[in-house]
Amino acid sequence: MIELYEGPVPVEETLSRWYKEEAGSNYGAFIPFVGTIRDEDGISALSFDIYEPILNTWFEAWQSKAKESGALLKMAHSRGDVPLHTSSYIAAVFSPKRRVALEMIEAFVEDFKASAPIWKYDLKEGRRIYAAERSTKIKGSGLLKVQK
Amino acid sequence: MVTIEFLGPIQKEKISLEASSLHDVAAYLSKDDELKGWLESCAVAVNDTMVSDLDTVLKSGDRVSLLPPVCGG
Repeated sequence: MIELYEGPVPVEETLSRWYKEEAGSNYGAFIPFVGTIRDEDGISALSFDIYEPILNTWFEAWQSKAKESGALLKMAHSRGDVPLHTSSYIAAVFSPKRRVALEMIEAFVEDFKASAPIWKYDLKEGRRIYAAERSTKIKGSGLLKVQK
Repeated sequence: MVTIEFLGPIQKEKISLEASSLHDVAAYLSKDDELKGWLESCAVAVNDTMVSDLDTVLKSGDRVSLLPPVCGG
C-alpha cells in the first residue's frame, strides 16, 4: 500500500519503520530512494496532485512483479505543498539478494516518473505553476486527438 | 450518459454527455477550445482502467478520465 502525506514525507521515521517492519523477513538487501526538493529556478516549494485509484492500481501491478522475484516494494509520496530541502518521495525495495533490488529500484523509479498519475507544480511568487516541461506523457497519450 | 473528468492541471469541471464509444467522446471534446493541446498530451482511463483503443465501448454511468503528462517524485 502506498503511504500518502499532506506535505513532506517524514523520511527518518518512514525509513526507520520500514527497516524495522522487515527486520525479521530474511531480506538481504534494502535499497531506498529518497527524492528531496532542491533550491532551483526561484521556487519556494513544489506541490503535487495525485489521482489515487490509478496510482494504487499501478503500484499493485509493480508489487506483484516484485513478488515474483521474491522482492517487496514500499512507497511514500506527498500531496499538496512540499518546501525546499524536504522530501516528497520515498521508494524502497527489499529483496533476498542485492542484484534484484538494484535492478528493481531503477526500473520502478523510472516507470514511476513515466506512468504514476501525479502532477507537479512549482510554487513561485505565490503562484502554482504546472511543471509542463518536466512532465512525461503517459504511454498511449493522444488517443482522443481527432485526426484531421 | 457518461461522465468526463479532467485530472491534475486541466482546469475544467467534469461534463456529462451521451456517448457509445470513445470515438463519440473524441468528437465532442475536439470542439472544445479550452481542451486544445490537452487532447494530444492526455492519456485516457475508463472507470479507472487505462485504455488504448478508441473503439472502447461505453455504457451509461461510465467515467472517462483524461490524464495529462505526469511528474511524480
